[in-house]
Amino acid sequence: MTAKNRSFIDALWDFCCSLKLTVVSLILLAATSIIGTVIQQNRDPSEYLQLYGETTYRIFEALQLFDMYHSWWFLTLLALFALNLTACSIKRFPRVWRMVRQPVLTPEDSHYRTLSNMEEVVTKDSPENLRDKLAAVIKENFSAPTITEKDGRIHLYAEKGSWSRFGVYVTHISILVIFLGAIIGNVFGYKAFVSIVEGSEADQVWLRGTREPVDLGFTLRCESFSVTYYEGSMRPKEFKSLITVVENGEEVIKDRPVIVNDPLKHNGIVFYQSSYGPAGDPFFTFEVTERASGESQTYRLRKGQRQMLPGGASFRVADFAPSFQNFGPAARVDVMPTGSSPRSFTVLKNFPQFDQQRGGDYIFNFVDYKQRQYTGLQVAKDPGVWVVWAGCLLLVVGSMVAFFLSHRRIWVTIRSLDGKSGIMIGGSAHRNQPAFEGFFDDFKKKLREEVKGS
Amino acid sequence: MTSAQLFNFTTIGYFAAMVLFFAYLATRNKTVALTATVATWVGLALNTAAIAMRWVESTRMGYGHAPLSNLYESVVFFAWSIVLIYLLMDLKYRQRAVGAFVIPLSFFGMIWAQLSLSDSIEPLVPALQSNWLTYHVITCFLGYAGFGVAFGASIMYLIKVGKEEKSDPDSPAGGILSIFPSARVLDDINYKAIMIGFPLLTLGIITGAAWANYAWGTYWSWDPKETWSLIVWFIYAAFLHARFTRGWVGRKAAWLSIIGFGSTIFCYLGVNLVLSGLHSYGGS
Ligand code: HEM
Repeated sequence: MTAKNRSFIDALWDFCCSLKLTVVSLILLAATSIIGTVIQQNRDPSEYLQLYGETTYRIFEALQLFDMYHSWWFLTLLALFALNLTACSIKRFPRVWRMVRQPVLTPEDSHYRTLSNMEEVVTKDSPENLRDKLAAVIKENFSAPTITEKDGRIHLYAEKGSWSRFGVYVTHISILVIFLGAIIGNVFGYKAFVSIVEGSEADQVWLRGTREPVDLGFTLRCESFSVTYYEGSMRPKEFKSLITVVENGEEVIKDRPVIVNDPLKHNGIVFYQSSYGPAGDPFFTFEVTERASGESQTYRLRKGQRQMLPGGASFRVADFAPSFQNFGPAARVDVMPTGSSPRSFTVLKNFPQFDQQRGGDYIFNFVDYKQRQYTGLQVAKDPGVWVVWAGCLLLVVGSMVAFFLSHRRIWVTIRSLDGKSGIMIGGSAHRNQPAFEGFFDDFKKKLREEVKGS
Repeated sequence: MTSAQLFNFTTIGYFAAMVLFFAYLATRNKTVALTATVATWVGLALNTAAIAMRWVESTRMGYGHAPLSNLYESVVFFAWSIVLIYLLMDLKYRQRAVGAFVIPLSFFGMIWAQLSLSDSIEPLVPALQSNWLTYHVITCFLGYAGFGVAFGASIMYLIKVGKEEKSDPDSPAGGILSIFPSARVLDDINYKAIMIGFPLLTLGIITGAAWANYAWGTYWSWDPKETWSLIVWFIYAAFLHARFTRGWVGRKAAWLSIIGFGSTIFCYLGVNLVLSGLHSYGGS
């Protein structure tokens, strides 16, 4: 490889590792993310055209601003971010690994000079005596020291929390793990939608976006759907579908209530209550009494369906409202007597006596109606979600360790000085130095007392 | 006593604390600072009692949900969180002047909630009936509160260094500024408060994602509120990393912290008032 090539690759590598790139890409991600919160995402083109006009629409469309979080440039930015993270970790990790696994056991004097916490003491005691005494003090007040003798000097080294150095790496890897989980979900999972009318079944769902069908491999039956309200208000309390799952002809889950915030899971596919609505026309139950004979009969019929009555007349439900001017459910009934012209009037379900006063040949009593509903379920299959949660756990644990724990180290070197002993004491913490300083001052005092006491 | 009364007393408590902190800046009298701190503790106790009482009242009405479900409740909880984080930092730093720049956030929050937000206790709509709501709101707001304290310290930092640079380097900054903590300590408070806020915001985003996944089937859907919380998170991540590159402590860090808190407030209020999305606070 030529020197020029070499330096180009070095420069590229340095660029990938640089913290400046980190800050720049974080700020770019933050700034560009704003766009998608101002321009509503994934709407109909017609909506955008109306809002922005032709030219702006074309520009935004070209820049993929209508689905910007999946645009090539945003994904590139995320990829650059991940690359930066990976490169930076690869570059720094070996150094940290060495620092943890191969600590400096026999520091030179120059090493002490780099420490902000350090002190020198001279005493009459012999180095061997001092070694044992100081080792005991360090063990009692900090942690058991490693003792090494080299070139006539005795070195004591003790440390705490060395593994907290890895907190930052765990944090960074966690972000890559979350990305991985998101990719798995996008590749192997899907988001879909299905509507099922009460009493009917579905074994396919429709993909969001493309609206292509996907086979579930089992069948869902909606037994019923209901809405309940808080007493005396129209504030909804609960939306509930009763769902039965049929697999290989067997009811594996029966009448499972699916409510908002409590989805149904089966074979890794999750169904969430998301919408509802009326399906088809309601069924009505009417009791019709012939005024002349006093005889009653009950009919079940659909809206618009013509029903013969004894005596040759007929009726139908022309219109229906579930709630009519605070009177509750109401039906407009057309009666077609033989010979005369049809008559139209309103019957209220909550006032069964009401129609008697009308004075027609037939008295109508609106007994009940049944409106079938459909339930709308969102469907999600996301095999990557556990990877994402694992990443989140690592992110939380890693950043706590990175922020709040620190690697604290203490060195003591003893050498003999013509019948006396010189002691050098040094300490460092890779984080939260003020707290360590407080501890270290105390610690030094204890060491000095121990030395003087001899 | 009703929660409404307790909230009134809370507001009065924070008002007293705020005035006393201002008085401390003016008088530089240690006793005044101590009184202000006591008033802040009393305000916090009242605020806690008021929130607890509101929970009791909601239970009596037959709803029984944690009082974290509408804009009013979130604002008073925000006020509580800021004071809590402030007092925890105060236990460590004992820099009373900071109170004058942090407690007003809580006081104005309380005043706004009481004067212009509806305080009626309503039952939860189905979308909010989840324990995740509680975890999500608590972690988010404690995170925001950390950023609020950092914001106060950053403002002080900018005032302090601005004056220090202008004045004669031999004579220390006089007047009010003499009781400001040193620029180094303010920078440290800024950093430490963000160190508290950042993991909490991380937890807030994660609990939000967990809830969204549980209730709607997607842990992330780029809805404006989610996206803004991520924007805030990016800004503070940039803040933390910028500290490692030379030159991004002090003034630049203070500005980044101020921008971060501005974005936090936009995430909390602006998104609902200006943009549209799934989260239902504020709009209704
Ligand atoms: C949003 C994503 C990121 C998060 C949440 C994150 C989190 C963290 C945290 C919590 C720390 C410790 C900071 C402190 O102690 O104040 C840290 C340090 C660091 N981060 Fe990141 N980081 C992210 C992205 C990156 C990227 C993309 C790089 C790429 C190079 C990077 C490089 C570093 C470095 C070099 C350190 C200093 C490590 C040390 O203490 O020696 N980070 N990061």
